[in-house]
Amino acid sequence: MEAPLTIPGFSRPLKNHEMVVNMGPQHPSTHGVLRLELIVDGEVIVDVIPHIGYLHRCFEKHAEHMSNYQQVIPYCDRMDYIAAMNNDLGYAIACEKLLGIKVPERVEYIRVIMAELQRIASHLLAIGTYGMDIGAFTPFLYCFRDRERILDIFEHTCGARLLYNYIWIGGLSHDIQPNFQQKVVDFCTSFRPTIRELNQLLTYNKIFVERTANVGVLPADVAINYGASGPVLRGSGVKWDLRKNDPYSIYDRFEFEIPIGTGEVGTVGDCWDRYMVRVREMEQSLVILEQAAANIPSGNVQSGIPKRIRPDTADLYVRTETPKGELGYYIMADGTTSPYRVKVRPPTFVNLSILPAMSRGSMIADVIAILGSIDIVLGEVDR
Amino acid sequence: MKEVLLNLLGNEVLVYSLMTLVPLLWIIPFALFAVWWERKIAAHMQDRLGPMRTGGWHGWAQTIADILKLIQKEDIIPTAADSRLFTLAPYVVFIGAFAAYAAIPFSAAYVGSEINIGIFYIIAVSSFAVIGLLMAGWSSNNKWSLFGAMRSAAQIVSYEIPIALTLLAVVMVVGSFDMQEINKAQSGSVFNWFIFQKFPLLFTAGLIYFVASLAEVNRTPFDIPEAESELVAGYHTEYGGMKFALFFLSEYANMFAVSVIAATVFLGGWNSPFGEFLSGPFWGAFWLIAKAMGFVFVQMWLRWTLPRLRVDQLMYVGWKVLIPFSFVIIMGVGFWVLLEG
Amino acid sequence: MGTYFRNIYDGIRTVLIGMRITWRHLFTPAVTIQYPDVKLKLPERARNRLYVNMDDCIGCDQCSMACPVNCITIETIKSTSDVDLGLTSVGTKKRLYVPVFDIDIAKCCYCGLCVYPCPTECIKMTDVFEFSEYDRSRLNYNYSTMTPADIDLARTKLAAQEEKESSQKAAEAEGRPAGS
Repeated sequence: MEAPLTIPGFSRPLKNHEMVVNMGPQHPSTHGVLRLELIVDGEVIVDVIPHIGYLHRCFEKHAEHMSNYQQVIPYCDRMDYIAAMNNDLGYAIACEKLLGIKVPERVEYIRVIMAELQRIASHLLAIGTYGMDIGAFTPFLYCFRDRERILDIFEHTCGARLLYNYIWIGGLSHDIQPNFQQKVVDFCTSFRPTIRELNQLLTYNKIFVERTANVGVLPADVAINYGASGPVLRGSGVKWDLRKNDPYSIYDRFEFEIPIGTGEVGTVGDCWDRYMVRVREMEQSLVILEQAAANIPSGNVQSGIPKRIRPDTADLYVRTETPKGELGYYIMADGTTSPYRVKVRPPTFVNLSILPAMSRGSMIADVIAILGSIDIVLGEVDR
Repeated sequence: MKEVLLNLLGNEVLVYSLMTLVPLLWIIPFALFAVWWERKIAAHMQDRLGPMRTGGWHGWAQTIADILKLIQKEDIIPTAADSRLFTLAPYVVFIGAFAAYAAIPFSAAYVGSEINIGIFYIIAVSSFAVIGLLMAGWSSNNKWSLFGAMRSAAQIVSYEIPIALTLLAVVMVVGSFDMQEINKAQSGSVFNWFIFQKFPLLFTAGLIYFVASLAEVNRTPFDIPEAESELVAGYHTEYGGMKFALFFLSEYANMFAVSVIAATVFLGGWNSPFGEFLSGPFWGAFWLIAKAMGFVFVQMWLRWTLPRLRVDQLMYVGWKVLIPFSFVIIMGVGFWVLLEG
Repeated sequence: MGTYFRNIYDGIRTVLIGMRITWRHLFTPAVTIQYPDVKLKLPERARNRLYVNMDDCIGCDQCSMACPVNCITIETIKSTSDVDLGLTSVGTKKRLYVPVFDIDIAKCCYCGLCVYPCPTECIKMTDVFEFSEYDRSRLNYNYSTMTPADIDLARTKLAAQEEKESSQKAAEAEGRPAGS
């Protein structure tokens, strides 16, 4: 019986037949700078140890040193840079609750439209890159073609394509342009055929199904125990969505469904279920968009923006449903114009912690599939 | 062609060397063209344009520019790599691809080497590339390359069997291993082509051969050894510059080799689809190359449509689907031939 | 046994469906444009490189304070009572010289927070996005139009005026008339 082998720089001593393979910070499939230390026995994974922190940019520290609450919003954008609108929305709702102000109806409707458009854009990217990880290069381009249409709508409204600084505390930075409603409706009509095409090309393709069904099964109780949220949780069959279970903004006025994983082509909670939840969520976002775009009330989007933001000493936690899951902001105010503490609960940080539990016993190619199905963004994991 | 050259030059050794080098005259321009073609096909399938600028019209000189760039790159050999094997590996892989061209009849008048065991030779020589891949993976001293090389070796060796079996089915019908005989047996009309004979057995054999040949050349959906998104570049991760260019060249040479074998064995080789019209030594070469390019196009089409199979699923497809079907086909064709004559 | 054949059939069928989709896309026109021969026109609200119209700048420092990444550096010199710096285009009286107005466009995060507080609307985000440089120090934009001679002159005049005022105050405090 030989002594376990210790390798400096790696996490734990190895047994006889094990090998450490480093899926290093630079890798085409780790969705950012993530180091995965795989301890493998041949092709079968014995353990996965993620190492994060390569993209840590001190968001929480910066937030304490801004001169006012409004200045933190460009930093919020940059956490989950793929779904920036939802980040801003969460922070803005938290600060409005601190101040006790209520935003005009027009602002609420436009915020919901932006958040849902952003949800579609984020899921398109997740689906496209997931296909690419599995080896299908073409759906990525089709998804990006549609994502470009959404980004064009955003650029038309607020001037930026990725990091918007659009949703402000108490209102919005710009009012929408006159043809905004028409553009949203046009987008909805042109997007439905793309989802059909995607289903034919990728979702029900036998090879894709073989790669993702019954892989990385996450039982519902394990998901809840780990604190998963978003499509990861819903893919395991748990019907929990903050837009319905803990409504914020005006989501309680819209009729939409929450898709959950049903084990249609494999087991409940496998990668295919999580992927399908995202595709179905895009369809439901279209439903919300059509309802919201038809009814935008008139008003002034900037009338509710307070001149001075100086909340009393208080702290609160506000959570919203971003495309990746439950994003929480815990803000402590101390009576000055800048926050005392802003703590962020990123959904992908918690979801990433489930990766080892899901991948023990699968093969190296499966780790890629599982990682893609969790849909991580390192900007959010590391903040 | 051999007689013409012999009369011209007189020296047999020189004539045979020239005959051997003729496929190289085809392979190199083909590889340059095929890389450009692949990029264009990929682009148009993805609603974009592909190379457009280098050389003017739709970027036709893109591959030439790439080759020039690769030639002048620094030749990096990792310190811990086994430098002799590392340098030798690309050449071994290329030899594996190039040697198969010797037995392929490009037209009634030209065949690289007139051996009467053509198919046997081709099957034997095409597994040469496995040695090169293993050398490349092992000598890179890189765990990811090793993974790629191991998977590749397993894959190629397993898919040799359906290839051999389906080619054997055709050999049973013709009665000879000689490629020219196989070509001649399909002359006449389009319906003499083996893909339409003994329906549906040889048709399925053709399909199985095509799928197995995808695995031989490491193309999607069987491109696990060079899976870009998993292993960065698999067995050729550590290679750059001219060595990488040679790997690339051998991949395309191999693609064309298996396509031209499929075209010869199943689609009538250098026979024209119109019977006697438009046939002859030069037309024969044209028809063969056209059919092979059709297969190459389908290979590229599949690459940009399908995701890739995981390595154990790949093995499942090879051993548990293709091989049983090939056995059934061989038995069926054998009985058919027996009962016929 | 049934699932075995079902799987093979499904495999072939979905592969053919996928191939049909990509075949169709082979003939659809491309959605990309040939940049830089063809350039898209950016929308009017596009947020790209900053531009400052120095004639309208009153040196209030609002943009610098609003910037979340501190990329704007402004220094001002008070003008003396004998100089009239004129009015801005919106009618505000200018009282300060602005010798230093640097924007480090490499630090700028293009959030647009500096545009809103400006009382004269002199700082704007344009639609210029092709401004890369070979040398990073050239990305520090100096907008001020004052020459070093102008700056020296303004400083000396201000120093003289302040000294005069402080000696006047000292004289008044002691009860003596100015000048003695």
